[in-house]
Order: sequence, then C-alpha cells, then structure tokens
Amino acid sequence: MPDPNPAARQPEAPKVASPELTARRAVMALCGEARPEELRRALTRLGATDAVEDLRPPETGLVMTRGRIGGDGRPFNLGEATVTRAAVRLGGGETGFAYHLGRDRAKARLAATLDALWQQPERREAVEAALAPVAARRAEERMAAARRIAATRVNFFTMARGED
Amino acid sequence: MYVAVKGGEAAIANAHRLLAETRRGDTAVPELSVAQIREQMALLVDRVMTEGSLHDPDLAALALKQARGDLIEAVFLVRAYRTTLPRFGASEPVETGAMSLRRRISATYKDLPGGQVLGPTFDYTHRLIDFALAAEGEAPVAAESEPLPDAAHAPRVTDLLGQDGLIEPSAPDDGTPPGDLTREPLDFPADRALRLQALARGDEGFVLALGYSTQRGYGRTHPFVGEIRVGTVAVEFVPEELGFPVPLGEIDLTECQMVNQFHGSAEVPPQFTRGYGLAFGQSERKAMAMALVDRALRAEELGEPLGAPAQDQEFVLAHCDALQATGFVEHLKLPHYVDFQAELELVLRLRAEHAARNAAPAMKEAAE
Repeated sequence: MPDPNPAARQPEAPKVASPELTARRAVMALCGEARPEELRRALTRLGATDAVEDLRPPETGLVMTRGRIGGDGRPFNLGEATVTRAAVRLGGGETGFAYHLGRDRAKARLAATLDALWQQPERREAVEAALAPVAARRAEERMAAARRIAATRVNFFTMARGED
Repeated sequence: MYVAVKGGEAAIANAHRLLAETRRGDTAVPELSVAQIREQMALLVDRVMTEGSLHDPDLAALALKQARGDLIEAVFLVRAYRTTLPRFGASEPVETGAMSLRRRISATYKDLPGGQVLGPTFDYTHRLIDFALAAEGEAPVAAESEPLPDAAHAPRVTDLLGQDGLIEPSAPDDGTPPGDLTREPLDFPADRALRLQALARGDEGFVLALGYSTQRGYGRTHPFVGEIRVGTVAVEFVPEELGFPVPLGEIDLTECQMVNQFHGSAEVPPQFTRGYGLAFGQSERKAMAMALVDRALRAEELGEPLGAPAQDQEFVLAHCDALQATGFVEHLKLPHYVDFQAELELVLRLRAEHAARNAAPAMKEAAE
C-alpha cells in the first residue's frame, strides 16, 4: 500500500544509511544473534591484544517495544523487553557499543569490544571474517526453518464445481 | 480500617519453606530446568511474557517454575522484576509486514502472495490425547520442502484490501509518542494506542470472553479473520549516544487483522474497518480476542449503537488486567479482623432492634 505520508513515519531515525553504517549495523545484528562462546571464539581468532576499558559497565534495563495500530498506523506500546547494554573504549580511543535483547552482560561486553575493533579500519575485514561462522550458522538455521515451514504451505485444489 | 498487628512471623517463614519443598514435588521425579520450561511449555511462556508485558523467555520460564505453574503469579513476578530495571527508551515500531513468517493464514482470501502457511498449529488436530507422549522417545522429524519464490514476500491482507480503498486506512503516524499506561495512570476516554496497550497485557480469559460476547450479539462487529501471522521481527532502538537504530535482536510476535463490516456514514462510503491484535510469541487466541475487542471499543468512533459491555472502555480497560484483578480479589483473604468486628457489632445491634420490633406488637396484643 502506498504510504500517504512517508516523511511523518519515523521522525528521528536517519533514513539514508551510509554504507559504513549499514555494515556496522550488520555486525551489530550478527553479534546479537551470536552465542556468547561464538563471540569469544571470534575475539580469540582476531588475536586483539588491545586494552579494553569499560566506558559503561554492562547493564540490564528495559526497552518498550512498539507496534503500529493496524500494523502500519500510529505506534502503540506493546510491552517491554529486557535489554542489556555495554560500552567500551580501546587503547586507541575507539568506542564500541552493544544493545542486545536479554540479560547476558558478558555477551554484551564481548559484542561492544567487537564493535570497537570493527571501527579500526585495518581490522574491519578481519572482524567480519571472524563473525562469518555465526552468519553461516544463522543462514543454515533460517534455511532449515524455512524448509519445514514451506512443507506446511497449503495447496488448494478444486474438488468439483456445481455449475458445470 | 487497618490496624497494625504483630505475629505469625515464624508461621510465615515456615510456610515459605514448606512452599519451597512443595514446589519441588516428589524428589524421586527429576527436577524441571528453566530451559525445559522455556522449550517445552513455550505457549505458556509466551502468555506470561504477553500478560507480564515483558519479553524475556528465560525470565518468564523461571517465573513459571517459581510460581508452580500459576500463570497470574508468574505474571506478578515478571511485573515486579521489571520495576527493578531502568528504562532505556522505546523501540522503533516493529515492522510486522516484514515478519519472517512461521505461520500465516487468512479466512478472507484463499490465494495470497506468500500463500497460506499453517506452521506448527493445533488446528485440524483431532484433540485426542496422545498417550505416546507419556512414553519417552525421539520427537518425530518435521517434513521439509523447497520454499516457493514468494515465501519471503507476504504483504498484509489489509494492505491488499487497502489498495482498492475497500478498507479504512490506518490512522497515520503524526510523530506524537503514544501514551504509556505504565508511566501515567489510565485516564478515560483512552485513545486507541492506550487501549491496545491495555488489551495486549490484559488477561487472555477476560479478553477472550469479551470478544466472544461481541460474537453472541453484545455489540456485533461482523468480523472476518483477514489474517493471522506468527513469526519473528527485528527490534531496533535508537540510543541517544549513537543516534542510529541499533538492532536489538529478533522477537516472536503474533498479529491478527480482523476485517469488519461497516455500512459507511454521510462522509465515508461503505468499507471494511479493522480490529487489531498483537502479542508476544505464538499467542493466536489472545491476538484474535484482542482484535475483536479493539474493534468493539471503536463503536462510538464509528457511530454504532452502544450499550454492550465490550464497547464500554472503562469497563473493559479497568478490568482486563489480571494482576490488578487478582490483587483486589485476593486481598480479601488478608486479615480484616477489625473491619469484620465493626460489621459484626452492627449486625448484632440490628438483630437486637429487629427482635425488639417483632416483640413489640405481640406485647401490645397481649396487653389489649
């Protein structure tokens, strides 16, 4: 359905994301989907020896989840979700952030560290490569789920029509 | 009247110890893990999250374990827990049109882009107890097939109807933040955003009964299930320090779009109207009931005859919260010794007066 007033939709959020921001968000999303041990493995693989300082110690709080009336209308408050955040600073001054659903503080700190490392241009590719196994696992899981769901898609066929 | 009394500390402490032992049940039976509850009592976990108004499957599962499976007690625990946490802010509104679907059905259109997908459902089962589940064994493996090319593109049924103007458009987002009943006490009349928040966390049984009442004639809305979709959506949040939407992760949601008849008015041509339901997890019954009641509560806005309970927002919203309801009902079991003493004295006095009145004419007769 055409949007009658696209400008009024999301007033604050920047709509035109730079390729860099898109890539950073993808890494953040991947860290969110990762298991804690996968993030630990990624950090080990990177062999980063940077000093990591807590800019903000990992903390659990709430984010109010919003839906839209009718799915596409005015927002309303559906209910809260637990979210854990962390912020770190590396020796080189890069700051990394993580906000994840759930209450895993250690995981949020690992993800914030990876976000900070990703911001070192020379490390960017290595961070993405270190997280590639997570992306592969998730893609496989999504495909397996999609195949099971596809098997429950209804095939209608007409048995008989009265008017013939 | 409340009067402070002391006593019962030892009894209370021992009652809680007894509760802990009773909760565990027969120790010859293996203890339930929180992960087992989360994975195998998933729909109950979803309900605790929906009515507890807090998305956290592990926490909901733990609350259920602590509450010995008492749903409302688990909701109480979850609601109490949330009061201990700071609020970081509100998410960007979730995009249910881009939901990664696990189930999607429509009662209005047979053929739809994206198809009718049953997913894991109780529908069309025979509701016969499966004694095989009482024996331990491997779970059967689900069937698989190749997803069709359009599987990932399933527009909402209401969007399809909206293309031809056959259904009212949703009220556009004007950028004003929606009211939040966890921050400001509910005031009447409440707008639709607040009503949906209250219904989303409302007791499934209560909302179900009200939805049912509209079907039975108490505020008819002529509903069709335009669509029910169950699946995962990405949640994003814009932290102040970053200024861009950060992906928080994915949550499971159930959305119900009820499509209802509307005869039109002087200004509006006849068209379909909408009732909307949204809930955490796979909570189909709740989302459907919520959509029915949402539409019923719009009766005044749509100029329909009023008078049914489901159309009365004060009645519906003030009574739909299971925790508030149980709080007020269950407080009756706490000591009311002084109140009752006062009532008792009143009854004794009234009885004495009543007896005196009955005796008086007899004495008068006897005197004559």
